[in-house]
Amino acid sequence: MTETVSPAVAAPEPGSQDVVYRHKLTTRVTHWINAVCFTLLLMSGLQILNAHPALYWGEFGADGDRAFIEFFASRDGDELVGHTRVGPLTVTTTGLFGVSNGSDGDVRAIAMPSWATLPSFRDLATGRRWHFFFAWVFVINGLIYVGASLINGHLRRDLLPKRDEIKPRHILQDIWNHMRLKLPKGEEAKHYNVLQKGAYLGVTVLMLLMVLTGLTMSPGFNAVVPGLLDLFGGRQSARTIHFICAFLTVAFIVVHLAMVLLAGPINEIRSMITGRYVVPPEDKS
Amino acid sequence: MKKKLLTRRSVLTAGAVAAVGGLTVAGYRSLIAPNSLRILESAEYVTLNAQRALLANQPLAREFGVADMSPTFKANGTTNPESQAYQAMVQNNFSTWRLKIDGLVTNPVNLSMADLKRLPQRTQITRHDCVEGWSAIGKWTGVPLGQLLEKAGMADNARYVVFHCADDYYEAADGSARYYESIDLFDAFHPQTILAHTMNDAPLKVAHGAPLRLRVERQLGYKHAKYLMRIEVTDKLSHLGQGKGGFWPDRGYEWYAGI
Repeated sequence: MTETVSPAVAAPEPGSQDVVYRHKLTTRVTHWINAVCFTLLLMSGLQILNAHPALYWGEFGADGDRAFIEFFASRDGDELVGHTRVGPLTVTTTGLFGVSNGSDGDVRAIAMPSWATLPSFRDLATGRRWHFFFAWVFVINGLIYVGASLINGHLRRDLLPKRDEIKPRHILQDIWNHMRLKLPKGEEAKHYNVLQKGAYLGVTVLMLLMVLTGLTMSPGFNAVVPGLLDLFGGRQSARTIHFICAFLTVAFIVVHLAMVLLAGPINEIRSMITGRYVVPPEDKS
Repeated sequence: MKKKLLTRRSVLTAGAVAAVGGLTVAGYRSLIAPNSLRILESAEYVTLNAQRALLANQPLAREFGVADMSPTFKANGTTNPESQAYQAMVQNNFSTWRLKIDGLVTNPVNLSMADLKRLPQRTQITRHDCVEGWSAIGKWTGVPLGQLLEKAGMADNARYVVFHCADDYYEAADGSARYYESIDLFDAFHPQTILAHTMNDAPLKVAHGAPLRLRVERQLGYKHAKYLMRIEVTDKLSHLGQGKGGFWPDRGYEWYAGI
């Protein structure tokens, strides 16, 4: 309540480090709740996917229909071989998708590996219990985050790119900086760069899409808002988009964690816990 | 490598405990203990009440055109009940089959298939969504359940409609395996809740629940009980099976399957 809405305030500490107050309390709390929820939703979601590991396009899709993406196993002599097919492209994914080791070490034909699912053993009913409990926590937490970001200026001030940031030259420069792993220092490190803004806004859109496509899979909710079926091209399309958005979110998290490591994990993680961030000093040269 | 993954799992699980709040971190095992599962199950009541509020004016599930139908409609669960009594009815083309409606009713009903077909019918092309994730679109003709319940005259304390089926699926801990399902009056009187005897313009096949199955659009496939023999109107579900109101609910699935 007493937190300021003004731009990051410098709070110099002994030793003359430039420390700024980077993340507001709502941002920090909702970030961690979201991280827990997404992890549990992902793992329980992969458990649910295991019950029918084929994704279709359109309103219907079952065993007799051509899947758009599928995970399956085949037998080569005594060996089980795992496959992943996306459209016309099939790749062997033994050990990860289609065939993997169970928690007891035995090789088995299953779409998603035991270590990635919740529960680790095959149990659709319990997977659904986890999924729909944490879906509620995820949605409520997400609403608090979006609401707070609109009110406290986080969206406008920190996330929406400024006019000159969306010029191609600026974006190309930022991509070039990232490719050289030249991370911002000094004044520039006090706000998000344009790729960061795009990534954070993008992952927020992915999460919104996951909620909407999740609701589109509910036959009860379909009767309330049938328009969502048209928006996503049918229930099975919504299911496929739900999975693709989860996959893209995992890709975001991989890059996100890599950037945290590159930028200085202790400083970055502390800024998301206490809010305080030590600005990397400008190069003297 | 394997050790490492297990460590990661316990870290993630510990995070979940913090999010639920009030739970002590005691590792993975305590989380799947009955008490913790009960916390997860509380979401079912939130979902049920949220959906009931949204569905208060009883909107219809989407109905499709003939062109939208699945080329093949997957048959799931029991596809051929083994009991001698059922197989005998298959032999005589269900001429000895009767639908009974009893329990908390003033006029118990006992109808043959010919009797059922003489009543006003409803035909709908709807999407069937299995809890596993797949969907199929089929055309169903049958008698609205609400019409039969009115004919039977329900007692004031009636709350649930229970569907007793002819098939045994797989055994629960107590050895029972008989399929049954239940819905409440909110869904029982929905216009699209029908007892279907005809699928895709042909008499219902054995694989799909001959001679009669429930269609309760707006809920998942396992609620759509097949091989209907008897309908019981009750005020509670605790006296049936494991007391959760259905074959799959007794095995951990939600009683309310609108999501």
